[in-house]
Amino acid sequence: MAQMNMIQALNSAMDIMLARDPNVVVLGEDVGYFGGVFRVTDGLQRKYGEHRVLDTPIAEGAIVGAAIGMGVNGLRPVAEVQFADYIYPACDQIFSELARLRYRSAGDFWAPVTIRTPCGGGIRGGQTHSQSPEGIFTHVCGIKVVMPSTPYDAKGLLIASIEDDDPVVFFEPKRLYNGPFDGDANKPAVPWSTHPKGEVPDGYYTVPIGKAEIVRKGTAVTMVAYGTMIYVCEAAAKALGIDAEIIDVRSMVPLDTDTICTSVRKTGRCLIAHEATRFSGFGAELSATIQEECFWDLEAPIGRVAGWDTPYPHAFEWEYFPGPLRVAAALKAVMEAA
Amino acid sequence: MARRSRLHIPRHHSRPGEEPDFSYLETSPAGAVPRPDVNARVRDIGHLSIDLVRVLDDSHVAVGPWNPHLEVQDLQIGLRHMLLTRIFDERMQRAQRQGKTSFYMRCLGEEAVSVAQGMALRPKDMLFPAYRNQGLYVVRGRPLVDLMCQLLSNTRDMCKGRQLPVMYHWAEGRIFSISGNLTTQFPQAVGWAMAAAIKGEDDIAVSWIGEGSSAEADFHHAMLFASVYMAPVILNIVNNQWAISTFQGFAGGEQRSFAARGPGYGMAGIRVDGNDFLAVHAVTQWAAERARTGAGPTLIEHVTYRGAAHSTSDDPARYRPKDDYEKWPLGDPVLRLKNHLIALGEWSEERHAALAQELEAHVIESWKEAVQYGTLTDGPRLNRDLMFQDVFKEMPEHLRKQREQLRTEQGV
Repeated sequence: MAQMNMIQALNSAMDIMLARDPNVVVLGEDVGYFGGVFRVTDGLQRKYGEHRVLDTPIAEGAIVGAAIGMGVNGLRPVAEVQFADYIYPACDQIFSELARLRYRSAGDFWAPVTIRTPCGGGIRGGQTHSQSPEGIFTHVCGIKVVMPSTPYDAKGLLIASIEDDDPVVFFEPKRLYNGPFDGDANKPAVPWSTHPKGEVPDGYYTVPIGKAEIVRKGTAVTMVAYGTMIYVCEAAAKALGIDAEIIDVRSMVPLDTDTICTSVRKTGRCLIAHEATRFSGFGAELSATIQEECFWDLEAPIGRVAGWDTPYPHAFEWEYFPGPLRVAAALKAVMEAA
Repeated sequence: MARRSRLHIPRHHSRPGEEPDFSYLETSPAGAVPRPDVNARVRDIGHLSIDLVRVLDDSHVAVGPWNPHLEVQDLQIGLRHMLLTRIFDERMQRAQRQGKTSFYMRCLGEEAVSVAQGMALRPKDMLFPAYRNQGLYVVRGRPLVDLMCQLLSNTRDMCKGRQLPVMYHWAEGRIFSISGNLTTQFPQAVGWAMAAAIKGEDDIAVSWIGEGSSAEADFHHAMLFASVYMAPVILNIVNNQWAISTFQGFAGGEQRSFAARGPGYGMAGIRVDGNDFLAVHAVTQWAAERARTGAGPTLIEHVTYRGAAHSTSDDPARYRPKDDYEKWPLGDPVLRLKNHLIALGEWSEERHAALAQELEAHVIESWKEAVQYGTLTDGPRLNRDLMFQDVFKEMPEHLRKQREQLRTEQGV
């Protein structure tokens, strides 16, 4: 075991997979010689060479398009899109090609591509470096969508994604790269060394895709979240002194409906939280599924906390971000209803 | 008068009711274009992207440095493949008109592109076709019955009923799945080729798009990656002059050839007479050897003409003269190879008629077999459960539930 932040954990996952499987390649803007703008691929090109860790032109559609072709030819590409906000030029290749290749060819062709991309706000990134577009990808049939919230899960889920024969879009909540963050920007930054999930095995292991995790057991209410919002939920529940059960979704597609619904049936109350905008966000899918599965066990309407339905504003970072105040208010409403 | 900016709207030279006018087409005499070494530097071979490589002259003789000197037997096989492709197309067009299938796309006039290129490549080279490359399947020997079953979306459909007719694929034959979205396969072919180079294999990738879809971003993505990494790939633009109703001027073909985009990206570009079987074969061999020996990718522009409608849903009489195709200056690829073989004393009208009859019978026989496995409207149908397979490698729970729901809905 070692102390790792999320950057080191992700780096370790790729390091291990590049060593274990000669077909694994890493490609993207600035990922090679420089080691990535967030340092996630630091040292990998030195170790595995320019043919396995490729610097690419600034063309996300081409990065994903080429990765698909590589995948069809037996490689396991790990493509980095430098910010989730830059992924849109690649969306035709992801939505129309990567997601549907297996289906349209009746299983004869597929491309085991993993697309890593840092997402989320809280870093003063303005409207082009703060977005959380995961919900858009969950609406596409044929791609798996995951987002870890700890270094341990980041490494295990990334290894599982690289080994998966289906394409995976792997969102990295970049505000969590260096430490857990509870949404209060006035507090000093907390490093991962203070958190039990900053303890990461040095070697190979996987965290299965499609399994949520109960990160805090509780009886009063179920809080369903992922990424940075896990820590915001913890802080809000603690501030109100509510015995909340907190579930880290981790994998949006496939979704672990059982874990979520078992919890909601037990607690009878549910609050969903994500950074992404609210309207048609992934929270809407969660809310609808929970309502369908757990209606007769619910004691209150399901609550939803999200980013406002505006682009991410640079000057109003903390009024925009769904921080502990907004989550606590919503939690209170869910607890007091009915 | 003061000079001022103006908007140029490309206009086609001839519209319905007018005399076909191909004065815009720049050609070179057969045999006139030099053939450089396959390892020539891009900066020294810029002329290849402007001139027009032609081998067959007006008296049906093969001339000049690009003559591939093919065996007579190969020429006869090429003719056979092209003719079979054409007869297959005609028959499938009729089947669509009879309501047996929903949609079809012919490649009339473009047969030499797929057939000559398919024959010039190695069987292990990976092909990323567009939807008018059925000749590749003929060259690589996929039984017509299999293609017909795809067109019919029947119980033996290779796509399990998931794709529009014509969107074939063949993993063993190394022909990639046709998307239906244009040009997406171009950067994928480059990625495939990059992987071959990374793995140290000498297979190359080859892909095709129309001149119209060279306007898509994926074209530029593919060109950039191919040239940056010197990927072992051949990228083909089949310039058949038409993208549905939009003529090649709107894809940027008025000011400069499509092939010239090759040198623009730092790779070889060749403009070839796409209706000249020998010329297409020769430039493909050149580009394949160049790719295989590490000298980099090539962009080939095939100057040809879309003789038929875009698809069975299109009526070209609404946007071009009815006799446009007959007046096309580069002629018909099947006729030109046939006349070449006759000039060589290796073919005759009688043999040609007999071959056509034989191939016609083969297509009809294949069709009779294919419809036994069902059509879109009659006969056995695919199991509807197949709808839920292959979205993922393993079916997730939510799809299992939906499959059950459909079974209940259908009273199964």
